Amino acid sequence: MITFKRLSIAMTVAALMAGCSSGVKLDETPVTDKSALSSGAGTGGANGGATGQSGVAGVDLTQSGGDQAGPQGVSRIVYFDYDSYVIKADAQPQIEAHARFIKASPNRKVVVEGHTDERGGREYNLALGQKRAEAVRRSLGLLGVSDAQVEAVSFGKEKPAVQGFSEDAFAQNRRAELSYR
Amino acid sequence: MTIDRTPSTSFSAALPQTLRRSFLAALASSSALPALAQFRVEVTGVGLTQLPIAIAPFRGEPQSPQKLAAIVQADLERSGQFRGVDASGTQLDETSRPDVALWKQKLADSLVTGSVTRLADGRFDVRFRLWDVVRGQDLGGQGYAVTAGDLRLVAHRIADYVYEKLTGERGIFSTRITYVTKAGKRYSLWIADADGENAQSALSSPEPIISPAWSPSGRQVAYVSFESRKPVVYVHDVASGRRRLLANFRGSNSAPAWAPNGESLAVTLTRDGGSQLYMISADGGEPRRLMQSSGIDTEPVFSSDGRTIFFVSDRGGAPQIYKVSASGGNAERVTFTGNYNISPSVSPDGRWLAYISRVGGGFKLHVMDLSAGTVTAITDTTADENPSFAPNSRQIVYATLQQGRESLMTTTLDGKIKARLAGQGGDIREPDWGPFLKH
Repeated sequence: MITFKRLSIAMTVAALMAGCSSGVKLDETPVTDKSALSSGAGTGGANGGATGQSGVAGVDLTQSGGDQAGPQGVSRIVYFDYDSYVIKADAQPQIEAHARFIKASPNRKVVVEGHTDERGGREYNLALGQKRAEAVRRSLGLLGVSDAQVEAVSFGKEKPAVQGFSEDAFAQNRRAELSYR
Repeated sequence: MTIDRTPSTSFSAALPQTLRRSFLAALASSSALPALAQFRVEVTGVGLTQLPIAIAPFRGEPQSPQKLAAIVQADLERSGQFRGVDASGTQLDETSRPDVALWKQKLADSLVTGSVTRLADGRFDVRFRLWDVVRGQDLGGQGYAVTAGDLRLVAHRIADYVYEKLTGERGIFSTRITYVTKAGKRYSLWIADADGENAQSALSSPEPIISPAWSPSGRQVAYVSFESRKPVVYVHDVASGRRRLLANFRGSNSAPAWAPNGESLAVTLTRDGGSQLYMISADGGEPRRLMQSSGIDTEPVFSSDGRTIFFVSDRGGAPQIYKVSASGGNAERVTFTGNYNISPSVSPDGRWLAYISRVGGGFKLHVMDLSAGTVTAITDTTADENPSFAPNSRQIVYATLQQGRESLMTTTLDGKIKARLAGQGGDIREPDWGPFLKH
């Protein structure tokens, strides 16, 4: 039974290799690449080479970095109605304040992060959160903000501001956050 | 048939790629696993036509770190095609000639006997034999010499052998699944046996990880990580931990789906505004837009012949599942019932489409017979997510909420046999069932 002889070889090898298969810990900075790399090691597997073809070498990501403040006294969170992806009239002054702030310093970069409430699928909510982020990006664009200064991304339902399944929690989670970087 | 003893063999420089599954199990033996990686199987529901099989306790099991007979029986029962017959108290091994009349009386059609013996070098010698007790016929057996960490793998391979002998189809018990846990603020990507045991962490991150997808080779997993404060698609080699960025374009990058040839992936990108489908080489590079639509297109998944991509689109006003040629062109709507149908998974044999449909405020796993167009809801839960077919098209793994806790379930396609792969200490989600590994 060739198959099981192979299995045996593998297990012997695995036993030899098991000693050097400890998990990988990354204590470095987060990924900042802005283009897709075509090959080579990514940000993970620092010492993963020793585990052969079929072990699992763990990778541990440690995050750094934080948001810088936006315009003083202006909320960085824009709320949306249920199943809505348009900016409410009462949020317009808030968007205008951010637009002025961004235009005042051409080096300023802002990432608009769209979020949804926790109902529904993860990927579909990611697409819905993207629609909220794009709505804010477009509004900033209409107010003269350069497209190069704004990126719209989505967290879908992955980062709720408030936990829970109440209507109030859902309302607080349907939002776009302006994150200055 | 005689049982092969597998001799101890020294390290060979040229490792066949077929051995990868064996490494995994061996590696597990060397690392302490956190409590949350432990799973429990609870089979509920009753199937109609199940083969009654007795798995006698393996001789020597009390001295073995793994209870082989119980693992084999749980595997077979989870498939929905077998019913375990009580064999406790019997003293049999692979050399015994079973008392056929006794097992017929117990209404068993088949019997597995075996033994596990600790060898002088610390490994374990496992042997088994399968009997057809209706005909009194020896259906063969095998032997393995393995480390303690590989005993579960051996049990899964025995279950695969029994399953294939008795059903004529390939078993999936020695395949792997991947899934994500969230414990506190920590997200982890796990690689586990198909029964949820033997889990090993492939990635640990303070930011969310979603949508893991096995490559057709079973060597790599593509997934979406938010570690750079936006969704970015990575391809991760599970053996080495080496990762590479696959899609990190302006906007969001998500929903990776491997083409069956492993050479390219479909992904959802927003680089041109709005969520749209693109094809990208597995080596990275410039993506090619598959279609132009005014709304959301996402969650692509390939048919196993690689010709068709199923995906979710709200082009008709609400999310529905559509299909399109993998080379692009006009999309054709697939789901027509309900106004929220997402997360398609096509069975490897091309006959079935599993997806999540919103029904009365709940999200429920449905299975469509693609040739007949008929649809069946197969769960009683209301927060089902992310179905994924076993490589033999006979079972589905999915995530759901049970008692307020996210957990993973397997089910047969008719929903009659479900098993909970229940973890502790964290929410478990985003399962993806890996491919058959080549022998």
